[in-house]
Amino acid sequence: MRAMQHFTVTAAIGLCALLGAGLSASAEIKIGTVLSVTGPASFLGDPEKKTLEIYVEEINAKGGVNGEKLQLIVYDDGGNANNARTFATRLVEEDKIVAMVGGSTTGATLAMIPVFEEANIPFISLAGAIQIIEPVHKWVFKTPHTDKMACEKIFADLKTRKLTTIALISGTDAFGKSMRDQCVAVAPNAGITIVTEESYGPRDSDMTPQLTNIRNKAGVQAVVNPGFGQGPAIVTRNYNQLGIKLPLYQSHGVASKQFIELAGPAAEGVRLPAAALLIADKLPNKDPQKPVVVNYTRTYQQKSGQAVSTFGGHAYDGLMILVQAMQRAKSADKAKVRDEIEKTKGYIGTGGIVNMSPTDHMGLDLSAFHMLEIKSGDWTLVPGT
Amino acid sequence: MAELLQFVFSGLTVGAIYALVALGFTLIYNASDIINFAQGEFVMLGGMTTVFMALAGVPLPLAVLIAIVVTTGVGLALHRLAIEPARGASPVALIMITIGASVFLRGVAQIVFDKRFHSLPALFGADPIQFGGAAILPQSLVVLAGAAVIVVLLWLFVERTLLGKAVIATAANRLAARLIGVDTRRIVDFSFVVSAAIGAIAGILITPITLTSYDAGTLLALKGFAAAMLGGIGSPLGAVVGGLLIGMIEALTAGYISSSYKDAVAFLIILVVLVVMPHGLFGRSKVERV
Repeated sequence: MRAMQHFTVTAAIGLCALLGAGLSASAEIKIGTVLSVTGPASFLGDPEKKTLEIYVEEINAKGGVNGEKLQLIVYDDGGNANNARTFATRLVEEDKIVAMVGGSTTGATLAMIPVFEEANIPFISLAGAIQIIEPVHKWVFKTPHTDKMACEKIFADLKTRKLTTIALISGTDAFGKSMRDQCVAVAPNAGITIVTEESYGPRDSDMTPQLTNIRNKAGVQAVVNPGFGQGPAIVTRNYNQLGIKLPLYQSHGVASKQFIELAGPAAEGVRLPAAALLIADKLPNKDPQKPVVVNYTRTYQQKSGQAVSTFGGHAYDGLMILVQAMQRAKSADKAKVRDEIEKTKGYIGTGGIVNMSPTDHMGLDLSAFHMLEIKSGDWTLVPGT
Repeated sequence: MAELLQFVFSGLTVGAIYALVALGFTLIYNASDIINFAQGEFVMLGGMTTVFMALAGVPLPLAVLIAIVVTTGVGLALHRLAIEPARGASPVALIMITIGASVFLRGVAQIVFDKRFHSLPALFGADPIQFGGAAILPQSLVVLAGAAVIVVLLWLFVERTLLGKAVIATAANRLAARLIGVDTRRIVDFSFVVSAAIGAIAGILITPITLTSYDAGTLLALKGFAAAMLGGIGSPLGAVVGGLLIGMIEALTAGYISSSYKDAVAFLIILVVLVVMPHGLFGRSKVERV
């Protein structure tokens, strides 16, 4: 009996200690995130997680938001949309988060939207597809530019070069398919005619048959390659191997130094749209984005020891838009924060200048992209873009 | 005509890659009846180790040597640590183990190396050779030559050496082989080592064309396995013919029909061949061999 009493007292004290810890933690602003840190989409989730951690720490070191510290709760969906939804539910029901910045892939984001819509929690997605914000969901926002914008940017550049009939060669991976669909959809409005289309598998090692057919097609003035990973590098090499002289456009999906390394000398003259972040040092000093992208690049490289990618930049923008909305709302009230996110105007981020509205939950325009050309193994900014 | 030639060159390039990967399956299968699904990871290890050694400043020839040694070490470890302890299990169970090993190696490579794509410089440069209006990269010919050399060496080994005969004996009947004095454990060890070395060489030769990354092995092994099955698993010549055939079908389908159907057409033809000739084009049925 005595032992029992003793046990009860100990348990009670233990419980108090636990509750105490719980109470002190709940004084913080809880921000949740579900990212694909491992698995096939880890190239997205990994820099996103590192970025969020670096900047939450930095914000807390400066005293937090509205005098309260941020607490970041990270889950890894491993690239699986089902897991993402489970973790989203856990963030809402157990962790009781105030806002969500995450969702590395379009699949994961679409799976999580109903959870946060129902719970009335602001959700800033880091995934690309336009379906996330069209139609507009009250609580859902996103920071990355869409594939559609990349197509429009490429088509606009083609028009200025007076090239209007093109061939498409796209990867059959998710990125390639999605962008191909968007390009086909916006081509008529942009005054571009797609005369022939080819595709290749994500792991194919030779695309010369497809390119031979494109070369033999009459009237083709330029070739556009929506794709991701190593495929576009091989397309570029094969393009050179066949000696095709038409202008070649790659997508923002390969806008990294790695593409130039992989494609080698064949990449010479290739054009592609890219966000300001990748060409931080190439931007003219008067560019409003220059200080933001230079600072982010320096901080990220210093803290993580890795080169920046646009994906980490999307996470930076998501977090900053949220933090600024909380500052303007002077509280962490979910509804007020949501309203303030929607009122974001003139936020200068790594992805562009963001002007949101009740009908536009992304807030970027074509100026978010810069048209680049590869010259002597490096990016150069195409004048006027 | 130039068009057809270009498709054929593409088929040769892709086919030579499949053939080289397929060759790795033959020896382990001959010695132990196991289809080693970690073979693709040997290919990946060969390429990735060379890339990272070269990045660390090791001269390329030495990097190649180190990559082959490392991969054979992994092959030996796979047999000693995973296959050998499960000795006596059914071939299906052993194949499961190799699938597990493949997942494991991929995971380790992701941590030891990185998740990016890498390339190696081509042996004779990247300038294409022009022939009859079509272009082929010198590296494609290197891959083709590599496959040919390995086939000849394997054939000489199995047909002309005592050790080779011991491999065949071990495969046919392990108990009987042991009774006539064959150290069967060593033989299977040996087959894993050589298969790993073939995989590594394949990885090093094809990386200038295919590029490589930690997960490059999976699809290569799938295509290589399909090539080996088509040619008749266990036959080195079959592996090469199977690989070239699949590559050629893919290239011609992509060229003349549609690039969306090329994989489908290739697998359809494999299915048809296997229904008509269950042991593949050059395969020997077990009964005949015993």
